[in-house]
Amino acid sequence: MIRNFPTAINHLILVIGLLVMIIPVWIIFASSTHTSLFINTNGLQFFLGDNFLENYSRVLYKKAGFFNEITALKMFLNSFIMATGIATLSVVTSLMAAYALVYFQIKYASFFFWLIFITLLVPLELRIMPSYLVMSKLGLVNSYIGLILPISASAIATFFFRQFYKSIPEELLEAAKLDGTGSWRFFVDFLIPLSKTMIAAVFIFMFVFGYNQYLWPLIMTTTEQYWTVVMGLKTMYGSISDRFAFVIMSMVPPIIIIIFLQRWFIQGIFQNK
Amino acid sequence: MKKVQFTSKYSQYFFLAPQLLILLIFLYWPIVQTFRDAFTMQDAFGFGSQFAGFDNFLFIFSDPSYLTAFKFTLIYSFVITLITGSIGLLLAVQANGIMHGKNAYKTLLIWPYAIAPAVVGVMANYFFSERYGLLYSLFNNLWGFNWYEDVFDAYIYVIIAGSWKQISANFIFFLAGLQAIQKTVIEASIIDCKSNIRRFWTITFPLLMPTTFFLIIINITYAFFDTFGIIDTTTIGAPGSETKTLVYKAYIDGFRGLDLGSAGAQSIMMMLIVLIITIFQFRYIEGKIHYN
Repeated sequence: MIRNFPTAINHLILVIGLLVMIIPVWIIFASSTHTSLFINTNGLQFFLGDNFLENYSRVLYKKAGFFNEITALKMFLNSFIMATGIATLSVVTSLMAAYALVYFQIKYASFFFWLIFITLLVPLELRIMPSYLVMSKLGLVNSYIGLILPISASAIATFFFRQFYKSIPEELLEAAKLDGTGSWRFFVDFLIPLSKTMIAAVFIFMFVFGYNQYLWPLIMTTTEQYWTVVMGLKTMYGSISDRFAFVIMSMVPPIIIIIFLQRWFIQGIFQNK
Repeated sequence: MKKVQFTSKYSQYFFLAPQLLILLIFLYWPIVQTFRDAFTMQDAFGFGSQFAGFDNFLFIFSDPSYLTAFKFTLIYSFVITLITGSIGLLLAVQANGIMHGKNAYKTLLIWPYAIAPAVVGVMANYFFSERYGLLYSLFNNLWGFNWYEDVFDAYIYVIIAGSWKQISANFIFFLAGLQAIQKTVIEASIIDCKSNIRRFWTITFPLLMPTTFFLIIINITYAFFDTFGIIDTTTIGAPGSETKTLVYKAYIDGFRGLDLGSAGAQSIMMMLIVLIITIFQFRYIEGKIHYN
């Protein structure tokens, strides 16, 4: 038997850890089911109230923001468009770029390698002001393209795919070449089906990454029509129970994604370690 | 690189082109602009600018508020790394030690990892506000906690808000690291060493070194960059500007203060820090720590 440590203590410590994670979210959730009046007089609540449906549907459909131009529903739509765009674009461009780097003889290969991977040193936060100026020169402020493209300019996914390709046995390409398979066919018929898990993992990773963006949408959107959920949280005005309900709703999509797809996610990330 | 590769005249460029195009326009162009800003001085009305050498850099290092942000960022990343790393490791060791329910705990502890820092900040805000805050009143009763005025209390506030979700990431990676240690090694060590605690520090922990260093880098990067959303939704730098991170200060100076030269110089200083961390990671960590 590997273990001779009393299991009860293990469980006790783990349960304390769980409570530290769950209780804050639970309190906000429980408080979001009461009326604002009740919260304002009695403070945060630990037990559920009766106003769940009323509060949540009001928040989803009510116009909010500084100028009351946007509903929470529209913010969710914006967030999904942005996150899906970022995830799709990074997966497609990175899959292709990594393929070129690993499977082709390229003149000045190390130049291209560094041109792509040195960008990992410069996260968006470090080039935020000039990025904004570039976007305004291109006329992309207040547009989905403006929200999506600069965040897709990341070599993280390329790094993941490159590591993955390198782990594929040499024999695959040798065999394919013997059969006379061209580079395009090899990519589409062999490599993409083999990378399915990896593609799913990177897509999930980039989707959550895109959904969670805060600073960039804050800067890139001056009209409320393009507000996203995470940036709208701080600016959205409303009663206290509206805000509690909105905080809870904003967490739901990434939490559901990570819980249901965690196996893919962890598997994909760890194939690279 | 593969030994067998395709040779083609143009195909490789076709595959590289989309990513390179996006990087050139949305990454290299702004970076070039950042360097230009950092080495030029703009006049107050934005009409003209002239080459300023290292004046912007000299300016930020003579600016006490920059040094304050520097100090805070170092303390913040150190404390967050320490807290989230040790709690994550503690929980991972417990989860690895049990026979049943390992996966249930994993699922129940993984989700905070997915929540945006800004959302965590907004949530923390409710617990630390004077009006509703449960933690505010608890700490206030204990030692007169008041982050609106006291620097140390403000540190506690942003450290708790910053650590909460990051515990989850540390837990996941440590658990995976523990599960990757071969069963036979553990079994052999049990025969040699009866004490659990001693066995952990002499056998298991050294075997976890690669994971530990990987997480140190992850946590430092998180504290430097990702906490922007937390600071902006909690203290906004309060009491004065003692809880501004370097990234937050560069944003405020660039966007609110419209001081492009100073913001550019600050960005370049941060690029240098990232470069140093990366070199350290490759030279020291990847090179020296190999137990497998």
